[in-house]
Amino acid sequence: MAVVVTGLGATTPLGGDASSTWEAALAGRSGVRTLDNDWAELYGMPVNFAGQLAVRPDTILTRPETKRMDPSAQYAIVATREAWADAGSPEVDPERLGAVVSSGIGGVWTLLTAWDTVKERGAARVLPMTVPMLMPNSPAAYVELEVGAKAGAHAPVSACASGAEAIGMAFEMIESGRADVVVAGGTEAAIHPLPISAFAAMAALSKRNDDPAAASRPYDMGRDGFVLGEGSAILVLESEEHARARGAKIYARLLGVGMTSDAYHIAAPEPSGDGQTRAMRFAVERAGLSLNDIVHVNAHATSTPVGDPIEARGIASLFGDHTADVLVSATKSMTGHLLGGAGALESLFTIKALQDRKAPPTINVPNPDPDLPISLVRDVPADLAPSGDLAAINNSFGFGGHNVALVFATP
Amino acid sequence: MALSEQEVLAGLAEIVVEETGVDAADVQLDKSFTDDLDIDSLSMMTIVTLAEEKFDVRIPDEEVKNLVTVGDAVSYITSAQA
Repeated sequence: MAVVVTGLGATTPLGGDASSTWEAALAGRSGVRTLDNDWAELYGMPVNFAGQLAVRPDTILTRPETKRMDPSAQYAIVATREAWADAGSPEVDPERLGAVVSSGIGGVWTLLTAWDTVKERGAARVLPMTVPMLMPNSPAAYVELEVGAKAGAHAPVSACASGAEAIGMAFEMIESGRADVVVAGGTEAAIHPLPISAFAAMAALSKRNDDPAAASRPYDMGRDGFVLGEGSAILVLESEEHARARGAKIYARLLGVGMTSDAYHIAAPEPSGDGQTRAMRFAVERAGLSLNDIVHVNAHATSTPVGDPIEARGIASLFGDHTADVLVSATKSMTGHLLGGAGALESLFTIKALQDRKAPPTINVPNPDPDLPISLVRDVPADLAPSGDLAAINNSFGFGGHNVALVFATP
Repeated sequence: MALSEQEVLAGLAEIVVEETGVDAADVQLDKSFTDDLDIDSLSMMTIVTLAEEKFDVRIPDEEVKNLVTVGDAVSYITSAQA
């Protein structure tokens, strides 16, 4: 059963919807800014910047909605409403409609705010909605409620690969015949002092406090860690048969997913990148393509000293002589790292790149690491072939050794 | 100083409107939380928790089932005030 993409939605540090996010990415803008609060001073946080949402959800959602949903679910609902409307708000048999929406961290704001309440005002003041808001499947459940999905609602969790895994799972729901339409993606709302302090404690974050917009610099010699971002991206995935029958606009095909695990370390990527390259190879094989068909990779590339070269060498070893023709983009240079939202947002970028036949730029790479044998798109978009079928990979990897590669193609 | 029934109603209405999005004009003494205002049990528990804090009263869990109408809640809160 062929799977196609018929709707896109997003709310990100670059824009309040999918098109403004994509336009900002093509323009090479950064969504990373100094935090507009005093956390660094108050708590001694070594990092005082992040990729915060360009448009706050409380300007879009009703007051009761924002009170009943953790921010992670709010972002997912904003993106879902856009994606669903973009898909034409299709009439779907509810029992053939699914929802797969992941978060890497879950309702961390709700959890920690409720803990503050217990400490400061006592257990009796904890609100009854706390559990439904903090549970990590809450965004998936709210999306399920939003569209009325009865084929199944899932929230696969694999740290920074979660959003991609959600799309992979949605692909499998349609391919296996469980659903005709699945609303799928990822979300994250973890810009809170605790996750920032905790990521900083493992030396994972950039500390470029004096120049936040230049802090996320995948593949640059000056990279010093990732930049925390927030937001959500949601895709409407559909069986091609269902989409064609209702005359839906088709952005792209989702042809294959490859998922592997490293069995190596709880946080560090396996140094040879074997698990990552196996994921890419499996995805291409499952897509029924050859490696030479791939013209673009939206890399996981988080701007960490250790992670970026492993992925780059993996890409080079996988594609061999074809590597020079594979245009690699690292869009986290502009958005920061949306954790569980990243795989979904970068899938959206991959789809738009195929549609517009333009690979988005990687910014902040004045001094590319000489040890990276890939064709990196820097500063300005690079044209893909003006005609003919195109196929591209979106990579996502997560703490715990989770590797997910998705293969998209022009319709 | 204890609040009057009218003042409790106004304060309770603020909570109900903010939590559920119902029209403020619909929060009247004779309205049933479930049948008229379509408030589910989880929202009702939330309203009770917020009302306890706002009016500095305690509404035991076993008492909540007796608060069928907005008027029941207003009466209970008014009389429970110190």
